[in-house]
Amino acid sequence: MTSLPTILCPECSAEIGLESGTVIGEILVCPDCGVDLEVISLQPPAVELAPMEQEDWGE
Amino acid sequence: MQTQLRIGVLYSRVRVEEKWIFGTLEKRGINYDLLNDRTIHFDLNNPAPWLQYDAVLERSISFNSGLYALRVLNSWGVPTVNRAAVAEICGDKLTTTALLNMNGIPQPRTAIAFTPEAALEAIESFGYPVVLKPVVGSWGRLLAKINDRDAAEAILEHKATLGSVQHSMFYIQEFIDKPGRDVRVIIVGDRVLTAMYRKSEHWITNTARGGAGEPCPITLDIEDISLRAAQAVGGGVLAVDLIEHPQRGLLVNEINHTMEFHTAQPISGIDIAGEIVAYTIEVAREKIAQQYLVHLEEFV
Repeated sequence: MTSLPTILCPECSAEIGLESGTVIGEILVCPDCGVDLEVISLQPPAVELAPMEQEDWGE
Repeated sequence: MQTQLRIGVLYSRVRVEEKWIFGTLEKRGINYDLLNDRTIHFDLNNPAPWLQYDAVLERSISFNSGLYALRVLNSWGVPTVNRAAVAEICGDKLTTTALLNMNGIPQPRTAIAFTPEAALEAIESFGYPVVLKPVVGSWGRLLAKINDRDAAEAILEHKATLGSVQHSMFYIQEFIDKPGRDVRVIIVGDRVLTAMYRKSEHWITNTARGGAGEPCPITLDIEDISLRAAQAVGGGVLAVDLIEHPQRGLLVNEINHTMEFHTAQPISGIDIAGEIVAYTIEVAREKIAQQYLVHLEEFV
């Protein structure tokens, strides 16, 4: 069985496993520090801090 | 036979809704491109790269980015879901209110004022409590229930001093003592797909603020007012939010043009993402049919 790719939270260095089906642009929440992370690459796996919510965001 | 349609999906973040939409496009074998609104740009003198799209589905989180993208695309004749005119109406609460009024759709009593003094006068004419809302905003953010004059004066001063210019557009709504819930109605084209209650102990019932979704039967009244409201703002893929007034019945509170449905899809069991994709394909095919007719006329 192959293990899930992992990334390190840029805020707190927690190790986070990327589930299968993860796509670029998806937002993950760091289980340790709670920060929002955006997946910016899958090969190699990479994330960065997600942009802060803007006033005109919504549905 | 694999279709030759090409669809663009404009997005900001991949939420579960976008994953469902991408999954449906894959499953149906549609050619599609992901258009991240934070990385694309439009050269207004060169529409060619965008004319390859038979339709663009707009799923931007940013109202302004989405609206301006739609305006550009529509100006080039690229069909979009929804159209720029619809986004323009639905993204601005005052414009929505004005359009619904024009079409005789029941809604809460509303006023707009442009200075704190005028807003206070309007609030006092309504009587307390009232609700102050930003004209542009979503997810139940920055709503204020104002219970008395002291609170009104404080909130109005804060908005005028600390907020952007847009927060000095004071949108005032009567407070409606609803039964711990509102109703979200999902519409695609001319059909009501599903409806759900959004329940909360809090007066703000948005699921983004913790409101819980429950299935809501689609009564004739719900269907009628929702479809009329959707038509009034130009139609498309829309979520109409209804309030149940104890005496006046159903009122339209707002209409969303890039709705989230992470709660409505699982509780209804309806493939809302699939319906949105099907509608987008329909819009794309209409464009192709129109182009074919133009060519035919030229040939004849």
